[in-house]
Amino acid sequence: MSKEQTVYIGGIGVISAIGNNVAENLDALVSGRAGMQAMQRLQSVHKDTLPVAEVALSNEALAARAGLPDTVSRTALLSAVAAKEAIADAGIECSKWRTGFISANSVGGMDKTEDFFPGFLEDAGSGDLKMVVNHECGAVTEVVADALGIKDFVTTISTACSSSANSIFLGARMIRQGVLDVVVAGGTDALTRFTLNGFNTLMILDQEYCQPFDENRRGLNLGEGAGYVVLVSEEVAATLSKKPFCALSGWCNANDAYHQTASSPTGTGSLLAMKGALKKSGLSPAAISYINLHGTGTQNNDIAEGTAIATLFEGNYPPMSSTKSFTGHTLGASGAIEAVYAVLAIREGLVFPSLRLQTPMKDLPFSVTTVLEKRQIDHVLSNSFGFGGNCSSLVFSRAALNHL
Amino acid sequence: MENKQELVQRLKEQIIKQLKLEDKKPEDIGDHDPMFVEGLGLDSIDALELIVLLQQEYNIKLKSAEEGQDVFRSIDTMADYILEHEGK
Amino acid sequence: MQITSAVIVREGIVVKDASVVFRSTETGSAFLNAAYEALEVMYPRFYKMDLLSKTGTVAVDALLKERTDLEHWRPEDTGMVLSNRNASIEADVQYLEASKAYPSPALFVYTLPNIVIGEISIRYQFKGENAFFISETFDADWMHWYVTDLMQRHLLKVCICGWIDVMDERPEACLFLVEQAPSATGQHFTVENLRSIYNKNYGK
Repeated sequence: MSKEQTVYIGGIGVISAIGNNVAENLDALVSGRAGMQAMQRLQSVHKDTLPVAEVALSNEALAARAGLPDTVSRTALLSAVAAKEAIADAGIECSKWRTGFISANSVGGMDKTEDFFPGFLEDAGSGDLKMVVNHECGAVTEVVADALGIKDFVTTISTACSSSANSIFLGARMIRQGVLDVVVAGGTDALTRFTLNGFNTLMILDQEYCQPFDENRRGLNLGEGAGYVVLVSEEVAATLSKKPFCALSGWCNANDAYHQTASSPTGTGSLLAMKGALKKSGLSPAAISYINLHGTGTQNNDIAEGTAIATLFEGNYPPMSSTKSFTGHTLGASGAIEAVYAVLAIREGLVFPSLRLQTPMKDLPFSVTTVLEKRQIDHVLSNSFGFGGNCSSLVFSRAALNHL
Repeated sequence: MENKQELVQRLKEQIIKQLKLEDKKPEDIGDHDPMFVEGLGLDSIDALELIVLLQQEYNIKLKSAEEGQDVFRSIDTMADYILEHEGK
Repeated sequence: MQITSAVIVREGIVVKDASVVFRSTETGSAFLNAAYEALEVMYPRFYKMDLLSKTGTVAVDALLKERTDLEHWRPEDTGMVLSNRNASIEADVQYLEASKAYPSPALFVYTLPNIVIGEISIRYQFKGENAFFISETFDADWMHWYVTDLMQRHLLKVCICGWIDVMDERPEACLFLVEQAPSATGQHFTVENLRSIYNKNYGK
């Protein structure tokens, strides 16, 4: 391990289609209960054809839990619910420390914007479109930071589907630099017609439930949710009543430099990210106990990611799975939701299964895990790759506090 | 129904407009030139736009992006496909 | 660490290292198209891009144009850290408006602010760390902290950083080329220099 100080995970919070909190998410992962189904809340012409993974709670119910008005964007409501859970789990009083809130999203308040749009379009002479569109990504973060009472440092990262993995390693970096003591880091995204229609035009949505890393995979299912981890310095960790057991030990971000939305066939960006994260953690590929794949279920992602893994792990493949087979692809939230699952994998000693695999991919020398596996998990590699070529990998490691 | 020559000419104009090929004119595009990589140099997003064009202008729906690979080999193959499927 | 070059793209002007290299009375897309042609950018993908990526393409072309050592840069040593206020709002609106008839995949792919980083990375094969932050205004302190950290840890040797925003079809970019290797003409990479280059009035 490096000489730099250890950045511990003090608490976790998550909301997704498989549960409104950490306990419910874990229960669904253990019992193999997926979150995708026919659209319930979202109003769309694709209602009967495209399954999605929606959070079960209405805006009103979310608002009540978040302590925010229900007029706030669903993206912010999801964020506040998960961030509050993470802070409560850590049992930390943020005001006592230099605390940051680093949050990612890709849709901002688009849900509000698009509900406003139809009326506007009927009477387009009624004002300047750009003046009324109020969906800035930064505003979502500010609303939640205020609700959490975090003021020392607040920022928004928007790098598509790797956004929230990036917010987590940025938090760790700032703690290691001694700039902050505590960082609530993660991301959020609500389902919108905007993204649904957009992904539909890219023809990468599966009309059935997605089958990541299957030879006959057809695409992804969109989901929504939010995930946060509370990152703490060694000094803060020592004060917590619930002793941390896990640290963020490695991370790396790279650009694939190939296509606006597609991954290069060799998975160059993914390979650079995984390699860099292992190097940062000081671990060899053989030390990894579980890989939480990006694993969207598209033709392109899974072969690129799989090829990069085959290159890096050279025959010694740890168990791996895509939990997007449970949650759908939650875009700006996915990296953080999967970070929470990585922490749970270490805590519970579990490899979560990939659901619905029928035929392993013929061009890959390995296959994903399809049944829940109980085993000692020490190091989890978690991949998040986004449009714009932005590729990130994180390494979570079992870490006892006994050296303090 | 129009003849193929007229369709080919119209397709070239529509493709230039839809794909924002502002540095190209219809006469720059040969009927049999490959549309992807060499030739017109289109990419996978352009292929998706061509699928939208088929749907919007000719009411023809392709099921997958893969299906487009054969249809969009050249202007000529695209015109043949339209003539075969239009109004069905 | 030095700022070896800086380029500003604002309504009516393109400035490189304090000299105006292009001036036009055109606005919005027409201004960027005119700059593209006058500055001989020669990258036909430009025409397919949204205004944010067009702005980035023109700015980075000017930033790197006279460099003869580009091929000596290792892809993993080169990266980008950008920020803006309005994310991809211009592309979002274009896409929503087009969707009245039919949603366009080519417009949708630009509805994320970091696509401009992707476009530039593709053109110049930048494969190192890249990040996009949303903030109210150009935050020179933050940009300086973040990029300094990347360079000091040797994660990058070359970094393009700065501000790039488009609102109401008005492009507004100020990009800095920051390098570890010193140059004769460069300025020190400091918060003050970032701020003074960004704030200088280059006229209309």
